[in-house]
Amino acid sequence: MIVNDKKLPDLPPPASTVGLVGWMRTNLFSSPTYTVLTLIVAYLLWITVIPAIQWAFINADWAGDSRDACTSGGACWVFIGARFNQFIYGFYPETEYWRIDVLFVMLAILIAALVYEGTPKRGWISAFTLIVFPIIAFFLLYGGSFGLEVVETHKWGGLSLTLVLALVGIVASLPIGVLLALGRRSEMPVVRSFCTVFIEMWRGVPLITILFMASVMLPLFAPEEIDFDKLLRALIGITLFQSAYMAEVIRGGLQAIPKGQYEAADALGLSYWKKMGLIVLPQALKIMIPGIVNTFIALFKDTSLVLIIGLFDLLAIVQAALSDPKWLGYSIEGYTFVAFVFWVFCFGMSRYSQFLERKLHTGHGAR
Amino acid sequence: MSEQQSQASMNVSDEVMIQLNNVNKWYGEFHVLKDINLTVRKGERIVICGPSGSGKSTMIRCLNRLEEHQAGDIIVGETTLNNDLKNIETIRREVGMVFQHFNLFPHLTVLENCCLAPIWVRKTPREEAEAIAMKYLERVKIPDQAYKYPGQLSGGQQQRVAIARSLCMNPEVMLFDEPTSALDPEMIKEVLDVMIELAKEGMTMLCVTHEMGFAKTVANRVIFMDGGQIIEENEPEEFFHNPQSERTQLFLSQILQH
Repeated sequence: MIVNDKKLPDLPPPASTVGLVGWMRTNLFSSPTYTVLTLIVAYLLWITVIPAIQWAFINADWAGDSRDACTSGGACWVFIGARFNQFIYGFYPETEYWRIDVLFVMLAILIAALVYEGTPKRGWISAFTLIVFPIIAFFLLYGGSFGLEVVETHKWGGLSLTLVLALVGIVASLPIGVLLALGRRSEMPVVRSFCTVFIEMWRGVPLITILFMASVMLPLFAPEEIDFDKLLRALIGITLFQSAYMAEVIRGGLQAIPKGQYEAADALGLSYWKKMGLIVLPQALKIMIPGIVNTFIALFKDTSLVLIIGLFDLLAIVQAALSDPKWLGYSIEGYTFVAFVFWVFCFGMSRYSQFLERKLHTGHGAR
Repeated sequence: MSEQQSQASMNVSDEVMIQLNNVNKWYGEFHVLKDINLTVRKGERIVICGPSGSGKSTMIRCLNRLEEHQAGDIIVGETTLNNDLKNIETIRREVGMVFQHFNLFPHLTVLENCCLAPIWVRKTPREEAEAIAMKYLERVKIPDQAYKYPGQLSGGQQQRVAIARSLCMNPEVMLFDEPTSALDPEMIKEVLDVMIELAKEGMTMLCVTHEMGFAKTVANRVIFMDGGQIIEENEPEEFFHNPQSERTQLFLSQILQH
C-alpha cells in the first residue's frame, strides 16, 4: 500500500527555460540544424529588408512638386504627393472635394463608434450606417438635389470609387448570400433549385466576364431607352457575383450547426425565421467569420478589375498617372503605393475579424 | 413506494392528453413504428423502455413532429397533428422536450436560453420572462449559474437547464428522450431528482429511459417496445415482477442482472 500525504512545494522552473534566453533556445537554436537555418534566414532578411528600407525611407525624396526634386536615388514619393488628390478623388471636380471629405469623416466616425465596445445604442448606429448612410452618401456623391451640382459617375474615381464599390459589395452581398444559402438548404424544391442554379451560374463565371457582360453586352441587347449607369451595372455585377460566393461560405457554416440545435428550436415552437435568426445564423455566422472576411477581402481587391470596363478605381488611376510623360519611370512607387493602400484596408478587416472571433467566443464549443 | 404510487395515481385525471391511433412510420423502406396505439391521460407518467432501435425515441419524437408519421392519427390535447403548420406550432407550444444531448444554445447564457421561447413564441415581456426563468432555475437548483454560458456547466447542470428551459414555456406535457444517457454516473441522480419532483407535482410525462429505478419510483405505467411495436404495457410493480411476454422477460433479465 502507498500513502503519500506530504504536499510537495511549487518550485520555479529552471532558468534556462524562461525569459529571452529560454525563448531563443527553444525557438531559434534548439538543434544544430535549426541554428544553421536561423543564421541563413537572418542573412536573407539582412540582404533584402535593409535595402528595401533604405530605398523606401532613408534615400527617399518626399518634398517637391516635379521629378527634378528626386535626386537621392531612392523612392520618389514626390510623384504620389503631386498626384495624391487624383488618386483619392479621381476626376471629381476640385470644388466639390469637400463632399467626399465629409463622407470619409462620417464613415470613419461611424466605424469607430461601431468598433468601440462602450458606445451606447450600437444597434441604432449600425442601422444608421447600413440604411441611412448609403442614402446620404448617394445624394452627396451624385448631387442633383439640395442645390448640389450633379457629378456624373464617370467622373468618380480613385480610392473613393474603390471604397464605393467595396462597401456596396460588402453590405449588399452578405444579406443576399444569407438568403441564397438558406434557400439552397430549403425543403421547398422550387426555392432550392432556383438558389442552386443562381449560385452555380454566378460562381462558375470569372468576374471579368460578368463585368464585360454588364458593360458591353447588356447595352447591345437592351433597348436604347433603358440606359443603366455603367457604375450601377458594375455594382450589381460585383454584388451578385460575391453573394454567390458568400452563400457557399455561409452554407458551410449552416451545415456545421448540429441537428440538435434545429430540433431544440423546433421543440420550443420557434417558427422557421425565428429559428434561423435567433439560433442557427448567429452560431453559423460566428464560426464562418474567417470565411466571410476572407470573401470580403477578396471582394475588396477584386474591385480593381473594374478598370477593364473603363472605371478608374485606385489601381487604374495610378496606372493612368504612370503614363504621364512628366512622371515616366516611377511605376515602382505607384504600384507600391497602391499595394500599401489595399493592404491597409485588408489588414484592418483581418484584424477586426480576429477581434470579433475572440469577442464572440463563448468558449467551450457548440454542442 | 406503495404510498407514493397510490398518491401518484390519485393525480391522474380522466382527461386525455395524448392519443395515438394506429400510428405507422417508415424510414424509406424500413418500418420503424408499427400500429402504435396509446392513450395518455393528464397527470400520467409513462416510462418507455426497450432495446436500441426499437422505435421508442422515434415514437416520442413523432409527438411534436420532430419526425413525421405516415399513417394513423396523433392527437395532442385537442389538436390533431397533421401538415398544418399552425397545428404543429400549437402542439409544440404545449409539449416540452428534453434531449439526450441537452441541445442548449451555446451562444446564449443560461438565462437567455430559458427566456428565448417565452419572449419570442409566447410574447411574454422580457422582465416577466426573466422572472419565470429564475423561478424554474431555482427549482432545478442552479439559479447561481444563470449568467454563465452552457459550455461552462457540467453535463448534469446542462440537463437541468434544459429541463428548466422547457418548463419556462409552461407545457402541458414533458417528453424526455433518454435524458440521463449522456451523463457521467455521478450526475444522473441530480437530473433524476428534478424529474421525480416534477412527477410529484403532477406533470404529464413521457420518458424514454433505461433508469429502471426511476420507472419503479414514479411511473404509473411502463411500456416495453421492440421492433417498432408496443410489446407490453403494465403498471411498474407487475411489469418488473411479473412480465408476461417472453421478449420482456429476456430484456429485463439482461438489464436487471447486475
